[in-house]
Amino acid sequence: MPESQERGALTEAVFYILLSLYKPLHGYGIMQNVKELSKQRVNLGAGTLYGAINTLLEKNWIKSINVEKDSRKKEYEITDLGKEIISGEIVRLEELVENGKKITGGEF
Amino acid sequence: MKHVVWKAYWDFEKEEKWLNEMSSKGMALTDYSWCRYVFTETPNNDYIYRLELLEHVPSHAESVAYIRFLEESGIECVATYWRWIFLRKKSSEGPFDIYSDIESKINHYRRVSTFLGTIGLINLFAFLLNIINGIVSSFRYNSSYLTYISPLVCINGIFGVCLTWLVIGYLRKIFKLKKEKQLHE
Repeated sequence: MPESQERGALTEAVFYILLSLYKPLHGYGIMQNVKELSKQRVNLGAGTLYGAINTLLEKNWIKSINVEKDSRKKEYEITDLGKEIISGEIVRLEELVENGKKITGGEF
Repeated sequence: MKHVVWKAYWDFEKEEKWLNEMSSKGMALTDYSWCRYVFTETPNNDYIYRLELLEHVPSHAESVAYIRFLEESGIECVATYWRWIFLRKKSSEGPFDIYSDIESKINHYRRVSTFLGTIGLINLFAFLLNIINGIVSSFRYNSSYLTYISPLVCINGIFGVCLTWLVIGYLRKIFKLKKEKQLHE
């Protein structure tokens, strides 16, 4: 039996964190970037972000990269696996939007 | 100018609310130790305050890393007490919440419930043990039961009941958040 291809939806926070890390950023940079991307709508809490970063590192969806030695700020970047996850999620989201528009007639 | 205020809170959310009210009046918390709040005068509404219960004591390596992460995000840790940390951020930098997702909020309430619940149960247990001991002793020595009840025991009882009550409140909040989670993230 092949393994089920079905994956749960990503949380909004995880989706935007992963998107932010297509270029290397440190924690505060991620928060600023997510705010900007979402036009101030998504305001990541520092505690939430910290927890998400640690989980994403464990899952190997992002990696921490070495910056200059004198800088204590850690920077992170998305991995190939993380990019795969994002592509899968975009397909899923497109399906949602497509069905939503089809049934509501795009009137909202 | 420094001001010292002595005050006790059971509920960290009420405490947080009070600290923010003080901040709106230009009194910014700069230090805390057992029921003792130290405020420094600042412009009105300079800071937003939040309290958080950590998983480990503040000196633990994981907590140190977390607090450093917070500081890099413009959040200042003004005081620590047991596993509690007192955080603040300049209100000019916009809204300040530690947790923006339901799951982390639930986890934090759980952590607080376990923490306060444990203290509450120890107190209730001490209270009951003393009452039983009092009853047994009053039979054995044939004297009044009240001789064996010290005021300290009553404090145990009051602490136990208050903390249990508080924890029930947090459990209700967790229940509500879980329902919310079925609909929203």
